[in-house]
Amino acid sequence: MADILFFVFAGTAVGGALGVVLQKNPVGSLLFMVGTLASVAGIFVLMEAHFLAAIQVMVYAGAIMVLFLFVIMLLNLGHDYKDDLKSGVGLFLAFAVTGAIGGLLARQFRGAEESPIMAHFPGPEGMDQLLAEQGAIGAIALPLFTDYVVAFELTGILLLVALVGAIVIAKRRV
Amino acid sequence: MNDLSPTAFLVTSSIKVFLVFSVLLAVVALMTLMERRLAGFIQDRLGPNRVGPFGILQPAADGLKNILKEETMPATANRFFFVLAPALAIVPAVITFAVVPFAAPLETPWGTVGMIVADIPIGILFVLALGSLGVYGLFLAGWASNNKYAFLGGVRSASQLVSYEVALGLSIVPVLMLAGNLTLPQIVWEQQQLGFWYVFPLSLAFILFVISAFAETNRLPFDLPEAESELVTGYHTEYSGMKFSMFFIAEYSHILTASALMATLFLGGWSIPFWSGDHMIWYEGMLISGFTAAGEPVAANPAWWKTLLTFVSFALKTAFFVLVFMWVRWTLPRFRYDQVMHLGWKVMLPVALAYVMALAATILVLDQLGVEGFLFGAVLTAMSTLATVIFVFFIDSDRLISGSAVSGTDREVRSPVRTVDRPTLRPGSGVGAGR
Repeated sequence: MADILFFVFAGTAVGGALGVVLQKNPVGSLLFMVGTLASVAGIFVLMEAHFLAAIQVMVYAGAIMVLFLFVIMLLNLGHDYKDDLKSGVGLFLAFAVTGAIGGLLARQFRGAEESPIMAHFPGPEGMDQLLAEQGAIGAIALPLFTDYVVAFELTGILLLVALVGAIVIAKRRV
Repeated sequence: MNDLSPTAFLVTSSIKVFLVFSVLLAVVALMTLMERRLAGFIQDRLGPNRVGPFGILQPAADGLKNILKEETMPATANRFFFVLAPALAIVPAVITFAVVPFAAPLETPWGTVGMIVADIPIGILFVLALGSLGVYGLFLAGWASNNKYAFLGGVRSASQLVSYEVALGLSIVPVLMLAGNLTLPQIVWEQQQLGFWYVFPLSLAFILFVISAFAETNRLPFDLPEAESELVTGYHTEYSGMKFSMFFIAEYSHILTASALMATLFLGGWSIPFWSGDHMIWYEGMLISGFTAAGEPVAANPAWWKTLLTFVSFALKTAFFVLVFMWVRWTLPRFRYDQVMHLGWKVMLPVALAYVMALAATILVLDQLGVEGFLFGAVLTAMSTLATVIFVFFIDSDRLISGSAVSGTDREVRSPVRTVDRPTLRPGSGVGAGR
């Protein structure tokens, strides 16, 4: 059952990603992007990462994509008569780069069961037990605020710096 | 979270999905009637009362009319998104109810069935996630119509929903801090154990949640996306027939779900006050009603009449909030757009943040002192009441509380009651004389 669902979600995720690039209409691209993000959230759920799935939908599909929508609307980009994907060299380069990245990722993650990252993954039964013991938030909050607290706080500062920078740039223009 | 066999789980879940969905839509239909009758009552008229006894068949007549009506398609509209938008609006609105527990677990021959469609570990986050997706339906409707009123309505809905989502999320954080878990059955259980409905120890969070919920459901005084007096009907200006009706159904199911959430998060959900017979929670695969002093779990004894009673309790609490939604709609005027943004970002957000901090500090201190049970709830109630009073005092800025209640000289200085010297009426002259 989980395997079938995985292929359903993986299919919609990849299909949605293709739709993002192939759609001429920016709003259409955006909706495909939302579909992709939701599918990835579905895959998270299959891996028992419920909290991550909810946050994925809430933050990316629900908030960031809405901001994208604002940008598209306010800059009046909603035309569907212009093709973004130019033929010729651009098209070739796009596919070449995508293929190269895909190949690298496939090479990296082949045999991922033996990779050191997987040692931290407790498996489906382990995840069930973890969720029962600590709840959906505890399972992610405890490692985040104990083992990885420095990285977590640094990421926070990084985001804050980006935010301040964006405001400074925006202020100068106004 | 149950002791059912996989087959029994599948069957009971299917039945629950079917029942909850049908009841939800039936209640939504009745809510449209309730709203119109209530509006009539408030405005001193009758409202629809011709179709069936007390007008009870009016929703059916409306539905029939909407199905038979011609569907218009504006020539300049983007056809695909124009058709997609109502579907995107209605799906998140209807599906959110899946995580709300509506009664105590039911004892059946095949095992104990939890009265909740999907008891998922993220519970309340599921509601927030789907709520954040609800914006696409409204926004796309406005954009795809290719009509400036509809577009303005869509833009307003998007900005309003995004703004108030922040306050909504932050007003739920105190509940999560007290309950320590995301699932709604657990939140109900923690309220039963504390002996306080969270509306008392978390009163300010409750007020913020209600305000945000009004904004999230686009109800007056936050119905800027519709704003019929300035934007025709906003985002669904171009819609007719069943597509228009779908936006309507979406709005009312949003109201129902928001009311159910208020009841569950702050009024103890399906629990019945002052009665411990309905204390039930899944704990390590068994349904328990509490722990002995030694920490041993005590098995609960569910019964069909308990399920029925708790369902009535849940329905009453939810109906109360539905009533409040409608009552407010026919009482308050609409905000101006800048007022909505001001309230969302400059009032609700800082207040919610400060409240979360203050509450966290209070809980920390109480935990350190080892305070538990009734005293714990009482101290939090006192602290939250204080915060609420301060909040209401400042947001009211003297207009309502001290404004109408104060009877001293202070009030008279600000708007002195002037006595107008009227010319004395003499017979045969001035107004009212025989002309």
